[in-house]
Amino acid sequence: MGSYLTAFLVGGLICALAQLLFDLTSLTPAHVLTLFVVIGGILSGLGLYEPLVQFAGAGATVPITSFGHQLVQGALRELEIHGIVGVLAGIFDLSSAGITSAIIFGFIVALLFDPKG
Amino acid sequence: MLERKLGAQTLVFNNFPRIKAAATVVGPLEGEGPLGSCYDIVYPDQTLGHKSWEASERAMMKEAVNLAITKGGLTSQDIDYMLAGDLLNQIITCNFAARDLGIPFLGLYGACSSFAESLGLAAVLVDGGYASHTVAAVSSHYGTSERQYRYPTEYGGQRPPYSQTTVTGSGAALVSQADDPHLPAITHFTIGRVLDMGIKDPFDMGSAMAPAAMDTLQRHLLDTGRSVADYDLILTGDLASVGKKIMLELAKQEGINLKDKYDDCGCRVFDLQQQPVFAGGSGCACSAVVTLGSVLPKVISGELQRVLIIATGALLSPLTFQQGESIPCIAHAVVLEQLAKEAQ
Amino acid sequence: MSADKKQQQAQQQAYQSLAQKQKPKPPVLRNVIVAYVVGGLICVFGQAITQLYLRLGFSVEDVGNPTVATLILISAVLTGLGIYDVIAQFAGAGTAVPVTGFANSVVSAALEFKREGLVLGVGAKMFSLAGPVIVYGTVTAFVVGIIKALLG
Repeated sequence: MGSYLTAFLVGGLICALAQLLFDLTSLTPAHVLTLFVVIGGILSGLGLYEPLVQFAGAGATVPITSFGHQLVQGALRELEIHGIVGVLAGIFDLSSAGITSAIIFGFIVALLFDPKG
Repeated sequence: MLERKLGAQTLVFNNFPRIKAAATVVGPLEGEGPLGSCYDIVYPDQTLGHKSWEASERAMMKEAVNLAITKGGLTSQDIDYMLAGDLLNQIITCNFAARDLGIPFLGLYGACSSFAESLGLAAVLVDGGYASHTVAAVSSHYGTSERQYRYPTEYGGQRPPYSQTTVTGSGAALVSQADDPHLPAITHFTIGRVLDMGIKDPFDMGSAMAPAAMDTLQRHLLDTGRSVADYDLILTGDLASVGKKIMLELAKQEGINLKDKYDDCGCRVFDLQQQPVFAGGSGCACSAVVTLGSVLPKVISGELQRVLIIATGALLSPLTFQQGESIPCIAHAVVLEQLAKEAQ
Repeated sequence: MSADKKQQQAQQQAYQSLAQKQKPKPPVLRNVIVAYVVGGLICVFGQAITQLYLRLGFSVEDVGNPTVATLILISAVLTGLGIYDVIAQFAGAGTAVPVTGFANSVVSAALEFKREGLVLGVGAKMFSLAGPVIVYGTVTAFVVGIIKALLG
């Protein structure tokens, strides 16, 4: 899925759009990243994010928009299997690796290092 | 008619409380700055070997206060009161430093205007005959203020070019009824009022505080009947490069000619070209270390006879920003003067 | 609105435009280009890691997990070493938007609040910056899921 070129072009574009929002609006990074996750989720629900992944590979899976995609796909897969309760149960299925890694590595780094200031 | 009040907001000290001694301690970035040789102690890092930045800041304030008292040839038993302020919630730096110093204590909060506030109030106590010796002290620290007001220090947020860098350090002044006529006197204290021009960006302190500085300056000149020409130097506390430009614009609008007499401590404490400090310095310690470290010696020597220090503070909290409020600001002014006709 | 309030608002607006003129503007073009290049390169690096894991035997479906975990580990270490924020000041959205930004927000918070202890500091405040992303991502997934369920 994807190539080095498409990964660069698409990944870079998503970052560039975020940078425009950072510099031209008074939105904080938290606001912009939250917006991008939501947009990723909506595109995923519309069936538009998966084709982007096929085309751009890591250019679509590395940006935070992909997190929204994973959350939505998790919900939809469980929906198919277990009906509406699946929507609650499945959301973190696909994104578990990301969240767990962040917690574990964050915890370990906090034990081993100190903030430099 | 009050004898010791001029106009609406200025107190005049006829008994000349004087700065008997002062001490400044700073962190490495400030030590590498243009005034590096002016400070008493420059620490090699921001932690000072303590386990938290809050503990390091406390140690700095204690060091500054003790050093000022020692330089004045006194002990802490001789000090009637300590007036101190810092940037942290519940001013914990001052509280815990005061606990360890054991001096009767008044905690103050004026954000970055605390230096002028504490110096002015110390002068009131001495001038009024309520104290022989007082200490006015303030501190700030890059790590403690970042983690409280903005983001964790290792967070990768991109700061805008108009943001400022909190000065790590502490300044303490020993304010006394002193006989030596060569010691700089504190002659006036103008108490500012809070102004809010609707600025909401917590990185844009210069814009937020400049109107308060101008308001206090105008009020001070009106109350004392003086003009800019009566001063050798007018320093604002921490407007930094952006706020300084705005101040000059405002002065132009008000018909006040500041050009050669005016500067800002936030622009002096760091080298804005060489050091990664964005628009310049900020924090309580900014005005304190620049004034006590580099300006005070010149007043003692007579090179500067009359100086107006206008310390500016932004009275926001992280909560008010999150709740969508704008930033109210204040500025207090003190006049330091060399009254002896022939200074040493 | 009273006359006083109107006058105050007018004064505020006049001041704000004066202040705006004196503020240095962020170099938008330079920032956007840098963000594009750095973000793009991080994704290229992600692509390379993906290829590596595919060759190590992961399936196309599963390869996303070790890829993301690796990027998070690298970001965590760089944050701990105090290097990440220097890169990020330069790169802006180029480091913030990829999962590296998410990792840095979690790790920098864990690191900073260590002073308040492992439970009340690290444990309680680890997600103080990344929380909104997780909350609203979840809300979006829930809403999309419900809509899909209702539309059949």
